Amino acid sequence: MRHLRPFLLLAALLLAAPAVQAQLYQAPGPTSPTSKDQVELYAPHQDKEVGIVSIPDSKLAVLVQPEGREWRGFRTVILRWGAAIAILGMAGLLLLFYLVRGTIRIGEGRAGRTVPRFAALDRFAHWTTATSFLLLALTGLVVTFGRPLLIPLIGHPAFTTLAQSGKAIHNFLSVPFVFGILLMIVLWVRDNIPEKADLVWLKTMGGLFSKSGEHPECGRFNAGQKGIFWAVVLGGGALAATGFLLLAPFALTGIGGMQIIHVVHGALAALMIAIILAHIYIGSVGMEGAFDAMGTGHVDENWARDHHRRWYDEQVGKGRVDPPPAVRPHPAE
Amino acid sequence: MARMKFLCDAERCIECNACVTACKNEHEVPWGINRRRVVTIRDGEPGERSISMACMHCTDPPCAAVCPVDCFYQTAEGVVLHNKDLCIGCGYCFYACPFGAPQFPQTTNFGGRGKMDKCTFCAGGPEADGSPEEFQKYGRNRLAEGKLPLCAEMCSTRALMAGDGDVLADIYKERVVRRGYGSGAHGWATAYASRNRGDALAPGRVGTGGS
Repeated sequence: MRHLRPFLLLAALLLAAPAVQAQLYQAPGPTSPTSKDQVELYAPHQDKEVGIVSIPDSKLAVLVQPEGREWRGFRTVILRWGAAIAILGMAGLLLLFYLVRGTIRIGEGRAGRTVPRFAALDRFAHWTTATSFLLLALTGLVVTFGRPLLIPLIGHPAFTTLAQSGKAIHNFLSVPFVFGILLMIVLWVRDNIPEKADLVWLKTMGGLFSKSGEHPECGRFNAGQKGIFWAVVLGGGALAATGFLLLAPFALTGIGGMQIIHVVHGALAALMIAIILAHIYIGSVGMEGAFDAMGTGHVDENWARDHHRRWYDEQVGKGRVDPPPAVRPHPAE
Repeated sequence: MARMKFLCDAERCIECNACVTACKNEHEVPWGINRRRVVTIRDGEPGERSISMACMHCTDPPCAAVCPVDCFYQTAEGVVLHNKDLCIGCGYCFYACPFGAPQFPQTTNFGGRGKMDKCTFCAGGPEADGSPEEFQKYGRNRLAEGKLPLCAEMCSTRALMAGDGDVLADIYKERVVRRGYGSGAHGWATAYASRNRGDALAPGRVGTGGS
């Protein structure tokens, strides 16, 4: 009898097989398809489908991510149009402003005497950040707009060489860019704390639109310059942070996070280029005497009195400039 | 002409990873690169399914749309291929790809990416069919030899199928009718949804410079 038991068990199992099979394979129910036309082939995916993988690359556990479609829309349409409108729009506005207002002159003309404004280290910090930003912007624009604009002109192989070297330049220049920003924070942050006088400046927009040449009084930096400082420190800092995360892909986040980081980097970059365009304009052709500050480091006395009266008076108080003479010397005849 | 597609029948896949191994071996894919992988969803829960996933060779490939150097092209059979001589390894195709197909060899210590590598539907690349250069960059060109992708050819349960999309759809539908159930062909809606038809990036159209 004991030897028979396994056979009886087997016989029982065999007899019960159809039932077991039905349990295992879920016999067709009333909703099961009966013809081929009823089979859903295109089962739609609305959201990410994530499982597990047995390979080390854990980011591949994402089976389907339909969000890639939205990122594609941002990269090919929104970013290109947005950046083009921001950058060309700013250039157009500046051109219009130049045609209406012209170069902002020094009220009484150049005095011929100068006041030291930016030391060598100040200018080093500025130009380190400036050159690396310009090259970063240029190489970024090449990658963003090169396919529709440059490939038809120079062809695929030449553009790949350009984009490849542009990518390397973009990656490596992030280091001097961040170094310059850190140096600027150390050098200038105490002069860029917002104060009450900034409100007056903002109300009149620093006299930008008044032909009378009136300037609200302000210290070393006016509200506009403070705006540029904080835009560069915060915007540039955010660009650097997102850029480094893009440089070390998937170090902190998965695919969704990487897409968001890229969106932030692209949108901020377009905004920063537009802001810096305005900065370049007002620091060069837009205002007489402004370039000297970052060029030679010495600004004209009358420019300083026009734009930074309080700072100028402080410099006079410290004895860093000659006191204004009572009578203006006439040039020798 | 046949429109080449992959179809993985999730009811049949047993997660044996033979397709993954076959692909790696056939194309001599380097370490760290997975042109094909098997993903298990709802692991250990009711409704657990395994799906073998690689490049689906989409009708309107997002990778081709976002590529800044325009290195992708689609053959007349709908196979999405790319030119490694043009690729700059920016990684955009991975962000856009719904299936995580593009792979990047790590070339520097700072996470820098080398040239992208992905499933070619065993169809090589722009180099001459069967040339050593083509094999070195893209792996074997089985399609040129009149053979289908090895991953599907070796699938022991016939879960993974490769070939003419219409034939695959027919086989799959017949299976579902016989079984009485099916969990949908994973990825088909995203890769080949009919709303993308007539798009400039459809096979052979101007958008991808299709041959």
